[in-house]
Amino acid sequence: MTTEVPSPAGTATLRRKPEDVLAEDVVRALSPDGTLLGDGPDLRDEEIVALYRAMVRTRAVDERAVLLQRQGRIGFHIGSLGEEATVLGSAFALRDGDWLFPCYREFGAALMRGFPLQRYFDNLFGNANDVAKGRQMPDHWCYRDKQLGSVSSPIGTQITQAVGLAWAARLRRDSCVALAYFGDGATSSNEFHNALNFAGVFRTPNVFLCRNNGWAISVPTEVQTASESFAIKAVAYGIPSVRCDGNDLFAVVRATRLAVERARAGEGPTLIEALTYRLSGHSTSDDASRYRPEPTLEPWLALDPLRRVRLFLQDRVGWSDADEAGIGAEIQSELKLVIDEAERTAPPALTSMFDDVYAELPWHLVEQRDELLRGPRAPKAH
Amino acid sequence: MAQMNMVQAINDALRFEMKRDDRVIVLGEDVGRVGGVFRVTAGLHDEFGEDRVIDTPLSEGGIIGAAIGMALYGLRPVPEIQFADFIFPAYDQIVSELAKYRYRSGGEYPCPMVIRTPVGGGIRGGHYHSQSPEVQFIHAAGLKVVCPATPADAKGLLLSSIRDDDPVLFFEPKRIYRAAKGEVPEGDYTVPIGKAKIVRAGEQVTVVAYGAMLYEALDAASKAALQGIDCEVIDLRTLWPLDIDTVIASVKKTGRVVVVHEAPRSCGLAGEIVTLINEKAFLHLEAPPKRVTGFDTPFPYTLENEYLPLSHRIVPAIVETARY
Repeated sequence: MTTEVPSPAGTATLRRKPEDVLAEDVVRALSPDGTLLGDGPDLRDEEIVALYRAMVRTRAVDERAVLLQRQGRIGFHIGSLGEEATVLGSAFALRDGDWLFPCYREFGAALMRGFPLQRYFDNLFGNANDVAKGRQMPDHWCYRDKQLGSVSSPIGTQITQAVGLAWAARLRRDSCVALAYFGDGATSSNEFHNALNFAGVFRTPNVFLCRNNGWAISVPTEVQTASESFAIKAVAYGIPSVRCDGNDLFAVVRATRLAVERARAGEGPTLIEALTYRLSGHSTSDDASRYRPEPTLEPWLALDPLRRVRLFLQDRVGWSDADEAGIGAEIQSELKLVIDEAERTAPPALTSMFDDVYAELPWHLVEQRDELLRGPRAPKAH
Repeated sequence: MAQMNMVQAINDALRFEMKRDDRVIVLGEDVGRVGGVFRVTAGLHDEFGEDRVIDTPLSEGGIIGAAIGMALYGLRPVPEIQFADFIFPAYDQIVSELAKYRYRSGGEYPCPMVIRTPVGGGIRGGHYHSQSPEVQFIHAAGLKVVCPATPADAKGLLLSSIRDDDPVLFFEPKRIYRAAKGEVPEGDYTVPIGKAKIVRAGEQVTVVAYGAMLYEALDAASKAALQGIDCEVIDLRTLWPLDIDTVIASVKKTGRVVVVHEAPRSCGLAGEIVTLINEKAFLHLEAPPKRVTGFDTPFPYTLENEYLPLSHRIVPAIVETARY
């Protein structure tokens, strides 16, 4: 096992089977049964507990959001079930002041970096307190305060933007690093190519984190590329890459830290391929049973990213069922408060539809706003 | 004041603003060492260095995507797209991202930048070096669209655009890059975005034009004058947000209007202007508004002068409108 960077991916095939994750060229640190592989973890016990708590919280939020959607209380949710180690481990490797350009499954990273849970649920409900003022679908949040970019639906666009931001920071002698998240499907987009090409040429301080979760909606990875891996694509751009077990929190932290350190030291960008698995459908709008038989999930359940950290903590700090129940109860009561508040909060004001199109309202939007205000109100949508 | 052509005036504006504001960065294909294929950025690379005048890989999406990231960080990028015909690989970044950033982030992420790009026909460039896609950016809520016709306006509007807090598409009519010459104020000089200019006062027919076609409209107005028709010619200068007040005031005076542009006719800017006139000045109209535009065909090479709405096509439209 090597964690050396640069280390373009080796020979492991990309069939989406659990045994791929155990291949030789993949950074691993914590086995599925919770025992350490080699040295590590590179984390203090209290950091591991905090990360574990964040993973449990992320999963609880996911489960609750799905429930809210099924109850018709929110319109949509897209989550990270099964991908928590990838999302949280990578974000943990960043410093305050570093930037994070999300795809749309990384609310857990945002929450861990200080995006208030209340604001997240305000976004799910699209209410007046939503930072995005109810203008975007659920899970399309932003939070400049903590250098969290703005989620959009077009695939891959944020990767190039992360390059531009990191590039600008370097030109201004700012030592921050920008990490861009994207899925395996995004590696087929124009912007993946643009971003890695520009980053390679200009040696920008970026970390490209590909959450290879096996699926782009219904399209499996083997239909996404004929390459041996997604990591190997970095070779063509002259930048190093590394694969890690994306269900292994310690491996993700280790791989991302190496990439972040390289970037901060002026050594340029790194592509990380985190091998994980999307346990849910693409979103609440998707029924994965139409293209993915239920039994294919079973081996992945044994590789669950939360379970192995819990087993590790049991051994390391005597993490108990009572500890587990304790954080579960805390999270549930926190959720109840924020959901009640989000649901109680009024929708955005009618006139807010016209704000922020431009810095100032031009005449044609003044006219259209006034026309809306004069006219009849629409039936309630949801 | 110095005599300059459009290329020199834009170069002067870029140099002035880069000296004044170190957040301003120029990037694009061939903008650095060679100074741009039209030489608009000539000398800037030597003066400001490769960190501020950046030759990029050949990818419009990459240029605009990276420029967005720079703007989010707080720089004022001025990316160049070598020809407006090649802007479409960046369309997703411009329309889905740049235009929407401020709005979709509830105002957290303004994304000010100026995308400069040569536009229009008349240089024997064939379909892929001649198009006028400006209206496609007006339809994407969130962008300002500017198209100067004189060297002084090019400088003044470019400085205003770079200082504007919204993203601006800055279309440079390449047909008149060197043909249009004039006095350009030295030093700091701005022309407000959103203000048209009456370049010829008249009483009988309003002719609305912009970019290279302004000169065709002026030529047509002179020829119409020989037939006793007194035209008022408006240079829009900013295409969006439109200076509707100037247009409406003129039409209320003349009751007759001809709108000219190179871009194809259907769903074009002339259609929108005529609709606005109908909504705001219908009872003042003495004749149906007329459009003189490019045709709804791809831009042709050999027959480009037949495609373009040159003076010879504008004159009969003015006469017909005047005599309706």
